[in-house]
Amino acid sequence: MSGRMPGADEQAAALAARRRRGRNWALLAVLIGLSVLFYAMTLVKLGHRG
Amino acid sequence: MRDSTALFAAALTTDRGMGVARSVPAPDGVFADPGAFGQSSAGDWFALLKPRVMSLVVFTGLVGLLLAPGSLNPVLALAAILAIAVGAGAAGAINMWYDRDIDALMRRTAQRPVPAGRIAPEAALGFGVTLSVASVVLMGLATNAVAAFVLALSIAFYVFVYTMWLKRRTPQNIVIGGAAGAFPPVIGWAAVTGSVDLLPVLMFALIFAWTPPHFWSLSLFAHADYARAGVPMLPVVAGARETRRQVMLYTLVLVPLSLLPWALGRAGAIYGASAAVLGGFFLFSAWRVLRDAQDERGVSRTGDAPAKAAFRFSILYLFLIFAALVADRLGGWAG
Repeated sequence: MSGRMPGADEQAAALAARRRRGRNWALLAVLIGLSVLFYAMTLVKLGHRG
Repeated sequence: MRDSTALFAAALTTDRGMGVARSVPAPDGVFADPGAFGQSSAGDWFALLKPRVMSLVVFTGLVGLLLAPGSLNPVLALAAILAIAVGAGAAGAINMWYDRDIDALMRRTAQRPVPAGRIAPEAALGFGVTLSVASVVLMGLATNAVAAFVLALSIAFYVFVYTMWLKRRTPQNIVIGGAAGAFPPVIGWAAVTGSVDLLPVLMFALIFAWTPPHFWSLSLFAHADYARAGVPMLPVVAGARETRRQVMLYTLVLVPLSLLPWALGRAGAIYGASAAVLGGFFLFSAWRVLRDAQDERGVSRTGDAPAKAAFRFSILYLFLIFAALVADRLGGWAG
């Protein structure tokens, strides 16, 4: 039995959803950043060999 | 040896703050806590990387990279610095996984994501291990095998030697363990040259000698936390009076050591003068720690104000003395 305020579950769910969105955006930014970095590194390495 | 079962049980019964998470052991014994993962923000994962420690590591690594003879393409230099930062952060994440039991007992660390229950311990471990491997691979791809090896060595030293072996066993933990934090300038140098020379070794020695007065100043005013967690920091084991003496002794080692790059002709007058002035201030702050008003048991009557000031100054000192090395090089001494 829970003594929680009415709407507390909804608030917790909304908070969890907001944090999940934040994590997803952060992960997307990291993935894009790494893709750009590896692309640039490849260009540099190929340039040195050329 | 730690009782991992007890630790696991403690992790499951930790008060998770918001009161919504319910930890349940999975049938296969793997920590399963969907609530904990749901509570974590991107900031919590970033906090696992110990960003404040990372900033010093990145700075000293960058200085090693800038001082090394030769040049590195800016893109590869960026990748090398990123690898150093991520490697340091990954070691910090593994440290937070391993130390979650004592972190929960210390006021200074109780709100970290793992002891606070916002990130499951095994998730922190997986995060740390993944980033450790990724950072070493990135360093190897961007620069060379020597830099990647030293980076791997520094991560392994921090995790296995400092965190798992020394930290809970001896008051010399931060003396020997300090080597882990001293590697970044060597890594930065090796990233450019593919080798290690005298100057990066001197920079290593500088950070190595700086670590005891830095951490023992902190432990003087945080000793209650360490005592509660059973971590044998020097003030807990040998008392505050002996710790103050050791802060002074290591500062007396640090100051002449900091002058060696100039004395051995590896840095010029700008650095030599800066090191002398900064060393003078460091000695003064250590002297104030030593002469702090204290009772017969060595307990400070000033709320450890000199130790707090020495701790803050030690951070500034490291930034400034490494900045002086760069300023000296930019000043044209090296030619």
